[in-house]
Amino acid sequence: MREIHTSQIIAVLRDLSISTNTHLGMDVLAALQKALEQEVSPTGKDILAKLLENARIAREENIPICQDTGFAVVFVEMGQEVHIVGGALKEAIHEGVRQGYQEGYLRKSICHPFSRKNTGDNTPAVIHLDLVPGDRFQLIVAPKGGGSENMSRVTMLTPAAGIQGVKEFVVQRVKESGSYPCPPTIVGVGLGGTLEMAALLAKKALLRPLGSPNQNPELAQLEQELLTEINALGIGPQGLGGRITSLAVHMNLMPCHIASLPVAVNIQCHAARHKEVDL
Amino acid sequence: MHEPIRLTPPLTDADVEGLQIGDRVLISGVIYTGRDAAHKRLIDLIQAGEPLPFHIQGQIIYYVGPSPAPPGRPVGSAGPTTSYRMDPYAPELIRLGLKGMIGKGARSPEVKEAMVRYKAIYFAAIGGAGALMAQAIRKAEVIAYEDLGPEAIRRLEVVDFPAIVVNDVRGNDLYEEGMRQYALAR
Repeated sequence: MREIHTSQIIAVLRDLSISTNTHLGMDVLAALQKALEQEVSPTGKDILAKLLENARIAREENIPICQDTGFAVVFVEMGQEVHIVGGALKEAIHEGVRQGYQEGYLRKSICHPFSRKNTGDNTPAVIHLDLVPGDRFQLIVAPKGGGSENMSRVTMLTPAAGIQGVKEFVVQRVKESGSYPCPPTIVGVGLGGTLEMAALLAKKALLRPLGSPNQNPELAQLEQELLTEINALGIGPQGLGGRITSLAVHMNLMPCHIASLPVAVNIQCHAARHKEVDL
Repeated sequence: MHEPIRLTPPLTDADVEGLQIGDRVLISGVIYTGRDAAHKRLIDLIQAGEPLPFHIQGQIIYYVGPSPAPPGRPVGSAGPTTSYRMDPYAPELIRLGLKGMIGKGARSPEVKEAMVRYKAIYFAAIGGAGALMAQAIRKAEVIAYEDLGPEAIRRLEVVDFPAIVVNDVRGNDLYEEGMRQYALAR
């Protein structure tokens, strides 16, 4: 049994809220660099070069990569042997986000769905909490922008649709999204579970480091096939035409109901921001 | 690629007629910001026959909700938001004399028709390049709807703000042309 004080959790959330928004991950930078080398469209190449320059400016001057500093999405993996002291865990997470978005000059982008009144402090955060054996405590902060999230969908396919139906759904979604989600994108796909689980699987798929293959060979193959089909659409960087529309397709799968084939597509823009800390 | 074309608002019909899709522009001078919530309020004012917070003839609106300005800077990050959300409101503003819109992402057929009919241009700035776009902004002040926070209407003074023409007054669309050029038949 070990104790973790909420003051530590608040401090980590504060710092990660800021650093995810100013320091783009090395895997994303490498993927953008590779895209720059592979893209054939001159406009596309120019855009990719500017995205890399933008990431450099953000890093050096500690200003956000994108003005949409996102909905604070927080994943917690908490061991059963961990005892939280000092207050409520979820309140500490919201407070850390609140502090980070204030002190980091990040945008407050959360509002009431009807009145559209801004909550003023970028809370509430969305928290996904997993209780696991042992005494580890991991926090992942993954701010999610509105533009790419707006292009994401869940559907309940008929089982007869099969793998082909899944592929058609994913590719059609990317095609219809076109220029809207700030290509080049990363496409997270969740298969199976129930409606909400498929969506969560799709979002978790976005956390896998770019360039690391799927551990499941069948899914790895599917991911490559989908990426090839997506990049044949010609949408390109910022939708202005090119051969790099997506940097990767990541899939997660779990068993589903015998009557169902749930599929979720969570689109991530090129500002793929997430960082993790183990306490 | 050609030399970028320099533009300073207010723009005339002649300014916009001379632009074609794919042109790189550098905008200097005053532009105004607005997103969904502000646009809805502008349309409400128009319908009530009341004046707008700024004179719209010849102006450019930049669809942006900047992050807060750190000390010593006029704005935080300031890249474009996705323009389709303003599509329900844009045709009316174009009819009243709005000559330019800066955003990202394709526009609706109604907006494109209004651009052809009343002579206006749609420019794309690079989405997600908020730090880079902010470098062109020298001054920012809220002129209306402060309660909207990042979504308030701001008057920006810009120098060499880079953008690309994606819709011109002849109905051409760079998003459509680009995809056509690079799609692989399967």
